[in-house]
Amino acid sequence: MNWVGLAGFGLVILSAILMAGLVFLRRKSTPAFREIPAFARLRKAIGLAVEEGSRLHISLGRGGLTTPQSAAELAGLEMLRRLSELTAASDRPPVATSGDGAVTILSQDTLLSSGQAALSTGYGATAARLTGLTPFSYAAGALPVMHDENPSANVLMGNFGVEVALLTDAAERGNTSTLAGSDNLPAQAILYASVQDPLIGEELYAAGTYLKARPFHSASLTVQDILRWLIVIGILVGALLKLAGVL
Amino acid sequence: MKLKGLFSAVIAIATGLVMLVGYFVELPILVNLRITILNWVIILAAVALFLGLFNLLAVHTKKIRSKEKGGIYSLILIFSLLITLIIGLWLRPDHALMALIFKTIQLPVETSLMAMLAVTLTYASIRLLRRRNNLISVIFLVTALLILLGTVPLPFVGHVPILGDLIRPFIAQVLAAAGARGILIGVALGSLTTGLRVLFGADRPYGSDPSRGEK
Repeated sequence: MNWVGLAGFGLVILSAILMAGLVFLRRKSTPAFREIPAFARLRKAIGLAVEEGSRLHISLGRGGLTTPQSAAELAGLEMLRRLSELTAASDRPPVATSGDGAVTILSQDTLLSSGQAALSTGYGATAARLTGLTPFSYAAGALPVMHDENPSANVLMGNFGVEVALLTDAAERGNTSTLAGSDNLPAQAILYASVQDPLIGEELYAAGTYLKARPFHSASLTVQDILRWLIVIGILVGALLKLAGVL
Repeated sequence: MKLKGLFSAVIAIATGLVMLVGYFVELPILVNLRITILNWVIILAAVALFLGLFNLLAVHTKKIRSKEKGGIYSLILIFSLLITLIIGLWLRPDHALMALIFKTIQLPVETSLMAMLAVTLTYASIRLLRRRNNLISVIFLVTALLILLGTVPLPFVGHVPILGDLIRPFIAQVLAAAGARGILIGVALGSLTTGLRVLFGADRPYGSDPSRGEK
């Protein structure tokens, strides 16, 4: 193993130890995190959906589980589970769209296991849908869902590219509230221009904590903060050593 | 916790650990196991894609049966899907007819959507200040304009000297690159902790909910 691989493995092990330790230490207390406006708006939208009996549309993007973007898809699936649980009292279950076969199967499984199926008579296997396999065919397939199903809010969380602009535009035309985040940089720039409160950077992965904090979710955010500080220190020390001519 | 959920969690965690450790530690047994699992994943992904197609068919068949608005488009979609599938299976994907279908149908449609994107993005930029009227939005818009003006040659003028040679490279290669790296570090850390949550069994996107046992 070369030193880069060793450092990577060390970082993973350190993160795992930190996460397990923080979960053990903070079993009974929940740490406070900064307010993210997008999640506050989403909580309002969920309440409105339950009161109105309308449905939510959760778009998981076109990333797959076997690609480097799988973490964004996993974050989207976690969000789908939370939203499905929170809207369990609503007359209409959420509808989930994705652009990958495996993610569609998992989103179907998530909707089924989150209790929505038992509580709602409206649930069918078609609540989770594969809308297209290429970026633009995915967006083209998701647009009719946003139009025909009359969702009260659209949650776009996962791996999107520039095609996300078509979805946010459709949401705006439908006068629905939108929460959107992607792991893709061009998509984040587009979301900044087209959505009221976009999720930028790692905020995409914090959804679990902000909607319903569990020890592991809170711990993972704290671990991110610790690692970020370590990286900042590393960059500063590296820059100083470079200036001093040591590196 | 139900036995099925426990079984799924054990398989997912064990497989994830083998893949992770096998990536970093080059033990022959781990590398072989990792390659075997990767081959299984490729097969499963193909099966999942096929199941996804059934899902697509089910959604649009339901639309036609319930006589929903736009049912005719669902009919066209199913017809096109079946025709393409049959031709692909019969003639193989590398046949000239398949290439023709791709070049004359899929490519123009996606290009049209890309063209629509340019209009959508311009409209979104115009509306940005109405949506979020603050200093950061102004900086965002000014930066976008400087990059556009520095990239595209102007009529009769050509490339704008200082903008194209100095300001645009400085914004793109220094300011934007530094910001992008910062955001990417955040994304990488988020990906790392999300993956670890799955390895710990705290997030289970494969059905069973770990919180069910806690309630």
